[in-house]
Amino acid sequence: MYNLIGAGLIVIGGGIGLGQIGGKAMEGIARQPEAAGKIQTAMIIIGALLEGLAFGALILGK
Amino acid sequence: MKITSLPIHFLAVISFLLCGSLVNAQEHSVAEANDEGPVNTQQEITDYTNHHLKDSHDFHLFSYQASDGERHSWGFSLPIILWASNGPVAFMSSEFHHDIDGEVVVEKGGSRFVNLHDKIYELEEGADSIVIGEDHHPENAHKPFDLSITKSVFGILLVGLLLLFWFGSLGKQYKKKNIPTGFGRALEPLVIYVRDEIARPNIGEHKYRKYMSFLLTVFFFIWVSNLLGMTPFGFNITGQIAVTVCLALFTFFIVQFSGNKDYWKHIFWMPDVPVIMKIILIPIEVLGMLTKPFSLLIRLFANITAGHVVVMGLIALMITLKAQFGAVGSTGLSLVLTLFISVIEILVAFLQAFIFTMLSALFIGMAVAEHDHHHEHDAEGHDIDDVEDVRESFV
Repeated sequence: MYNLIGAGLIVIGGGIGLGQIGGKAMEGIARQPEAAGKIQTAMIIIGALLEGLAFGALILGK
Repeated sequence: MKITSLPIHFLAVISFLLCGSLVNAQEHSVAEANDEGPVNTQQEITDYTNHHLKDSHDFHLFSYQASDGERHSWGFSLPIILWASNGPVAFMSSEFHHDIDGEVVVEKGGSRFVNLHDKIYELEEGADSIVIGEDHHPENAHKPFDLSITKSVFGILLVGLLLLFWFGSLGKQYKKKNIPTGFGRALEPLVIYVRDEIARPNIGEHKYRKYMSFLLTVFFFIWVSNLLGMTPFGFNITGQIAVTVCLALFTFFIVQFSGNKDYWKHIFWMPDVPVIMKIILIPIEVLGMLTKPFSLLIRLFANITAGHVVVMGLIALMITLKAQFGAVGSTGLSLVLTLFISVIEILVAFLQAFIFTMLSALFIGMAVAEHDHHHEHDAEGHDIDDVEDVRESFV
């Protein structure tokens, strides 16, 4: 039961983080469309780091 | 001439191997153990998913229950190679008749073996069947040294052979001409992509060549393994935590052995901070050294596992929703959703290979970076940049 609540909290946190990353990247691309490639790469790296954290927590919680 | 004859040889070997396995494709019928009414569908789906996620000793394509109550399984077997207490033993997994509950006992080379949850156990002297104790561990059996060709080992060998064949023939073509032909034409841009987008910007122009072989191998191994997991044979290579641990260990050791003076200095005696902070930072930096490969292995393992669970769950929808939507409705819903997730999984297969390679390159780049050299350059460069900025803002 408690690990399910924990999993929900992890997903909420990860969702907020991914939303921030995606939103800011969109803003950045809209301001500077010529830098879209670099912004996308950086966005994917940060997304992957966040994902690693969230998955790590999910697996350790299981 | 040579190039055209090689693929035929290779295909012949592969098809021979496959034929050898397919001859073993056979039907087994094991009497249903519990005759107490209908099976619990929910439990069976969970068991099936868990069984798929784990490594196994045979390819299990499908099974069904005949009208006479017997369970029929279709698949093909793989060799089991053990070093038991009476010396080496080898036999095909078909001798277990798809049993993973430790009920079928196989006697080979003076020892008795059972298959309990896809792990092979050797029974002690005088024991006829496996006894499971209070702690869910067998009491009268132990694990022999296991060198079996399991499903994942078979998959790894297959990926290795494929990569060897693709890149071997691609490399040979450059001796004669500058532009590759055939499948190499599709591989060349990927190699260039790994070099120009992953290795060069992260490791640096002068040092990236030394690490290209590792990065390319890791990239294509993970990508092809992930794609192999999307085939109906039920491979789950990068979803085995042992495989991802091994890959992350490679990165870990390469980073440690290529780390220069500055890298170790930044871990054990951080420059430009007070002495107390230096001491506080040592355990944090050492921990950071270990968490980098740990996050690499967890990310790959969890992503692939999660993807397989979702696909299996959506396939299971056609059984669980049959009562509400009917056979056609539930199958159609399951088909559409599974197709959708499968397309995403093909993207994830590439993305995970890219991320693993990218972060490996990033960690290697952090270990080999020339810090002091850079700082001076930045300091000089900054001043000029600032002046230019000021000028531009005035103009």
